[in-house]
Amino acid sequence: MLGKRFNRMALGSVAGVMLMAAAACGGGGGGSTTASEAPTGAASSEAPKSALKVGLAFDIGGRGDKSFNDAAYAGLEKAKTELSAEIKELSPAADGSNRGDLLRQLADAGYNPIIGVGFAYGEDIKKAAEEYPDIQFAVVDSASNAPNVTGLLFAEEQGSYLAGVAAATKSESSHIGFVGGVENDLIKKFEAGYVAGAKSVKSDIKIDIKYLTPDGDFSGFKAPDKGKVAADKMYQDGADIVYHASGDSGLGVFQAAAAAKKKAIGVDSDQRQTVKETDLQSVILTSMLKRVDVGVFEFIKAFQGGAKGGANVTYDLKVDGVGLATTGGEIDDIKDKLDAARQDIVGGKITVPAKP
Amino acid sequence: MPAGLNRALLTVAGAVIAIVLAIAISSVAITAAGASPLHAFAAFFDFGASERAQSNAIATFLNRAVPLFIAGLAVAVGFRMNLFNIGVEGQYRLAAICAAYVGSTFSAPAPIQITVIIVVAALVGGLYALIPAVMKVTRGVNEVISTIMLNYIAINLSSFLVRGPFAGQRAEGQLTTTTPELPDSAMFPNLNFVFDWFGLLPPTRGGGVWGFLLVAIALGIVIWVVLERTRFGFNVKASGLNGPAALASGVDPKKMIIAAMMLSGGIAGLIGLPEILGDKGAFNSNFTAGLGFLGIAVALLGRNKPVGIAVAALLFAFLDRAQGALQIANVPPSVITIIQGVTVLLVVVANEVTNRLALRLEERRAAQELGTNKVEVAA
Repeated sequence: MLGKRFNRMALGSVAGVMLMAAAACGGGGGGSTTASEAPTGAASSEAPKSALKVGLAFDIGGRGDKSFNDAAYAGLEKAKTELSAEIKELSPAADGSNRGDLLRQLADAGYNPIIGVGFAYGEDIKKAAEEYPDIQFAVVDSASNAPNVTGLLFAEEQGSYLAGVAAATKSESSHIGFVGGVENDLIKKFEAGYVAGAKSVKSDIKIDIKYLTPDGDFSGFKAPDKGKVAADKMYQDGADIVYHASGDSGLGVFQAAAAAKKKAIGVDSDQRQTVKETDLQSVILTSMLKRVDVGVFEFIKAFQGGAKGGANVTYDLKVDGVGLATTGGEIDDIKDKLDAARQDIVGGKITVPAKP
Repeated sequence: MPAGLNRALLTVAGAVIAIVLAIAISSVAITAAGASPLHAFAAFFDFGASERAQSNAIATFLNRAVPLFIAGLAVAVGFRMNLFNIGVEGQYRLAAICAAYVGSTFSAPAPIQITVIIVVAALVGGLYALIPAVMKVTRGVNEVISTIMLNYIAINLSSFLVRGPFAGQRAEGQLTTTTPELPDSAMFPNLNFVFDWFGLLPPTRGGGVWGFLLVAIALGIVIWVVLERTRFGFNVKASGLNGPAALASGVDPKKMIIAAMMLSGGIAGLIGLPEILGDKGAFNSNFTAGLGFLGIAVALLGRNKPVGIAVAALLFAFLDRAQGALQIANVPPSVITIIQGVTVLLVVVANEVTNRLALRLEERRAAQELGTNKVEVAA
């Protein structure tokens, strides 16, 4: 009886395998005719504006991080509505092993331009750009490294400087904190600007600095639990404002702030708007805006205008590529001070360090 | 022999039922996530429209399977003798960075260069696994705990090494940290010529299909021979099935623990090499992490046997490949993890059920034979 049941099952699975094989063959046969046309087709259809197909690959964390990736998506959506672009966004696996594959899948599916969100795409974009020379690529947070790659960079240290000024001015205990996601050069830029800004207000201010994971271990951008522990400690030690540059982990920082009835500063997006929990919104003093949306949208617009890669574009205070969010109105009373600092940076009177 | 055949049929039937059930449960999850299961399963078989896309997809699929297979083997060697080497994760990361660094310090003809890198990786992995083995043998420290702890040390040590002592040149504005680039002679030749045989376009992706696939296959065969056809393999099995009995028949359990852990760690050391020698050319901060933990699932799914592990690794890789395809079909890619998790769980349950069934059948058969014999004696 068992044998019979097994036979039936074996038959079923064999039939299934054959079906799959047939489907694969069919796909192969049909695809071969279009294959030779696809790359050239994409190259020649670059000019007509209606056929704009924009692909975007997120960093780990993906869409819905209410921060960095979501900001990039906002820029993409703007391109959809304003430039009537066809858009497609992909998220990598949790281990980030398939970043390059995502870029190739977008390229193979005819998307051009293609944007990689996050410095981790630097190497993969370089390889993909060499394999697909007819396609324009852009990478957020990493420098251009091929003739068809545009580097979209941000002066995070300038925005963080303003965050530091706001934190030091608003702090009653003269004690503030900084939580960085991963201890790499990018996040150190945030720290450097923040510390410089805070010290410009009170030179003897106490600043607790904590990175969640060491360089090379990106889990620090996805660990709200670690963010909460780090911020809890700072609030207990007497800090009353903590600035985070830690992606998803920032949620933990906000939770710690809410529990301690203190304040926190968000990052990348206007987190007072993007965080869903209403009890957490009110702890967000302000957010250091990194207008990835502006960078992404401007890149797509420039591409439509026929721009080619091979160079970096830096979005700084001057072009409002970075700045502070005013939602909630908690920093309205120190607006003059912030504007003065902003003017000094834009005017070149202050040079903000990019390294701590 | 019929008993063995029955047993094999039972095993296969169990696996098939488990997979069918996994598909059913995953369908429910996919529906709950607001997508159509049909679209999702179609996406798994959607290798792209153009020939180039298909070649790339096949390369992605195979390249993912190679490290998973090696990781599964590494875990299985320990499992065979009831040693839970959870430390594969740390062993392979530490081995990968040391091998990548050593490989970048000299330049020799390709066969020598690659052999040295492989040997270094296996040595580092094996020696790192020696620590929990010695702790277990001398002090009775549970290897599960010690290897988990050693993972943290290895992970932090390797991220320290990559930005400190083993750091290489970084391009201007590059944020990822990396070891010095390996010389060209260290890059393992790819297998793209196989695509020509089938009249397909070779994949464009970085290193194409990683040549390390051949090393993995050879390794699988060697491990099969060692485990199934040598005295050492028999001792491993015996120690795992019944330690005291093995001891009574002259197998030194301490030696076996050290040997099995080092073998497991040595294999673990190779997990990172396909990626480094096939594509990246260095250990950098984008190095794929987590393969050691996935290896546990792959080994469980493959029932600790090389052929089973190969099938399990291919299944996992097949599912993982669809990460992009699923999103293009507007299905949340988390369904991959759900399917993988449910499959492993159900296969483990199915294994247990088939084991019990087989045991009961065997008992009944033995009882019948005994019964008939008794009758004969009585008569």
